[in-house]
Amino acid sequence: MFDLDRWNEIFETIRKNKLRTFLTGLSVASGIFILVVLLGIGEGMRNGISREFEQDASNLIFVWPGVTSKEYKGLNPGRRIQLKNDDYNRILLENSDKLDKTSSTYQVWSSVVSYGKESGSYRMDGVFPDYQYLENMSLTAGRFINNNDVEHVEKSIVIGYQVKKDLFREEDPIGKYVELSGINFKVVGVFTDPGGEREEARVVIPITTAQKALGGSNNIGRLYLTLKPEDNFEAAVAASTAFSEDLGEFLRERHTIAPDDNRAININNTLEHAKRFYGLMDMIRLFFWGVGVCTIIAGVVGVSNIMLIIVKERTREIGIRKALGAQPLSIVGMILHESIFVTAIAGFIGLIFSLTLLEFIGPAIETQFIYNPTVNFTVALNTVFILVLAGALAGFFPAWRAARIKPIIALRDE
Amino acid sequence: MIEISNLHKSYRMGANTLHVLKGINFSVADGELVSIMGSSGSGKSTLLNILGMLDEADEGSYVLDGVTIKNLSEKQAAKYRNKFLGFIFQSFNLIGYKSALDNVALPLYYQGHSRSERMDRAMSYLEKVGLADWAGHLPNELSGGQKQRVAIARALASDPKVLLADEPTGALDTKTSYEVMDLIQEINDEGRTILVVTHEHDIAQMTKRIVHLKDGVIIEDTKVSQVRAFENV
Ligand SMILES: Nc1ncnc2c1ncn2[C@@H]1O[C@H](COP(=O)(O)OP(=O)(O)OP(=O)(O)O)[C@@H](O)[C@H]1O
Ligand SMILES: [Mg+2]
Repeated sequence: MFDLDRWNEIFETIRKNKLRTFLTGLSVASGIFILVVLLGIGEGMRNGISREFEQDASNLIFVWPGVTSKEYKGLNPGRRIQLKNDDYNRILLENSDKLDKTSSTYQVWSSVVSYGKESGSYRMDGVFPDYQYLENMSLTAGRFINNNDVEHVEKSIVIGYQVKKDLFREEDPIGKYVELSGINFKVVGVFTDPGGEREEARVVIPITTAQKALGGSNNIGRLYLTLKPEDNFEAAVAASTAFSEDLGEFLRERHTIAPDDNRAININNTLEHAKRFYGLMDMIRLFFWGVGVCTIIAGVVGVSNIMLIIVKERTREIGIRKALGAQPLSIVGMILHESIFVTAIAGFIGLIFSLTLLEFIGPAIETQFIYNPTVNFTVALNTVFILVLAGALAGFFPAWRAARIKPIIALRDE
Repeated sequence: MIEISNLHKSYRMGANTLHVLKGINFSVADGELVSIMGSSGSGKSTLLNILGMLDEADEGSYVLDGVTIKNLSEKQAAKYRNKFLGFIFQSFNLIGYKSALDNVALPLYYQGHSRSERMDRAMSYLEKVGLADWAGHLPNELSGGQKQRVAIARALASDPKVLLADEPTGALDTKTSYEVMDLIQEINDEGRTILVVTHEHDIAQMTKRIVHLKDGVIIEDTKVSQVRAFENV
């Protein structure tokens, strides 16, 4: 390998046979290039979908009541179910060991909020402090609703970024008062939500205030719950699924709903969705891998074809070399050394090109489905090694055969 | 130097076999310059290739410089070829992408000499054949006679015991042929054993001995009084 003469010999052949070298190199480099770009896009799609799920806490269980669809214990179908504070309190009490973040909410879908001359109609949610995490909101100014607000039924309000833009424009809203349903609320914070504009056109107040001041009494609209983290994704999905089922059973029993009536109590288990999406993503990734591997195989076949042609083309030269005293192993070595060298260099060139492409073009891709396409460098590097190995293997057999033909036959080759 | 007895060689072509060499007995002493003549297809090249270990005989014995050549492995054959033999072909067989100098140096590479020594020795042989000024040229930039002289320099480079030339002048005009023969005579004068296959009587007359082959056997083997090539140039 470190035989300087061998290297000289190889550089000489490469220099004198540019087209051949270029073709071998091209097939390898493009194979690697396509594979890495595909893997990058696959990863990007995965990232994109993951980001979609980042909108809410990823292990969120979300409950909203509906209308009964079945007759049960003498009660007619079509009954609207109303969740109460009691439901929420009982759930917390009985599952305190399992639950992590929780909030019940009371919302008014459209309520007029005004500041000075500006006013707009927004969705209003009465919430507990955990709601911030459950909805994955972040604050751009001030603070979120806190326990004190809830306990003392404070007239505090956190407004969405869209609301701030509509009502306050450039003005700092913190500490200012806005009017909501004829009551003055003090703005304590401004939030943004990864869900975007629609989610930011909302205002949030303490649930106690919402129930008391806005006529909610002890009604609640929705439940938001997360479970304590598990060791792994599978366990989390299992726990979350089991809990959702128990929760449904509990609520149906409390509200005298037929056990198989799924319309009356809706439970959305984000993890289960996530699992399905991740499953889909894994399929897509597998597909990309499949395509990539096929590309590599095509590359290897290309390399072996070129190696066959090279050996064929050099048969006479091999005959001459043998007549001059070249040993079979030195012939095999010469051909393999060249092929490994060329595939390795070409492989790295393909790798560098594709990684550069992902590095520079990647962040510029702004679609919903592809986000930050990257590729694991080790994986890419291994692919190059595999290709080089395959190229060497592909070159070995023709080289071996060539080294074994009788010199007289090789010399006769035209 | 060369001893062969009862050498047989057949080629199998489909169902029939073609018996090309039918029992050749012949020896060559050190320092001889022998020409092998015969009509086309008489087996001249076949004989020379067997002598050159490029091909194997089916039967018979072959001793080269005291070494019995029989059932050699590829590796051994390569070693012996490199050590004992130099080849000159009708079609020159230079490597097209290597310069004249690099072509001449190639046998030395397989002998394991250092690069600088290879270049020095290759250069001195190129000087010997009068082509020092052409060292950096590729074969396709040389005339036929020049190519053959590069090939002769290459054959000499490994300092072999025997030079084997298969129609070295076959592709050259008369004048160039004589120049090449002059060179071969010079090399023989220095004591090197040379076998030349040829069709041409005038070329054969420039050797010291003519072996006539017909239908796979030697029908005539005579010493000749050598005609010096330079006198005819
Ligand atoms: N590899 C081979 N396979 C089959 N037949 C062969 C092979 N090599 C040579 N022959 C045949 O053997 C015979 C002798 O061939 P050879 O090349 O030795 O002849 P030659 O005397 O050198 O002829 P020429 O003067 O035309 O070069 C020819 O009939 C040729 O067709
Ligand atoms: Mg012949």
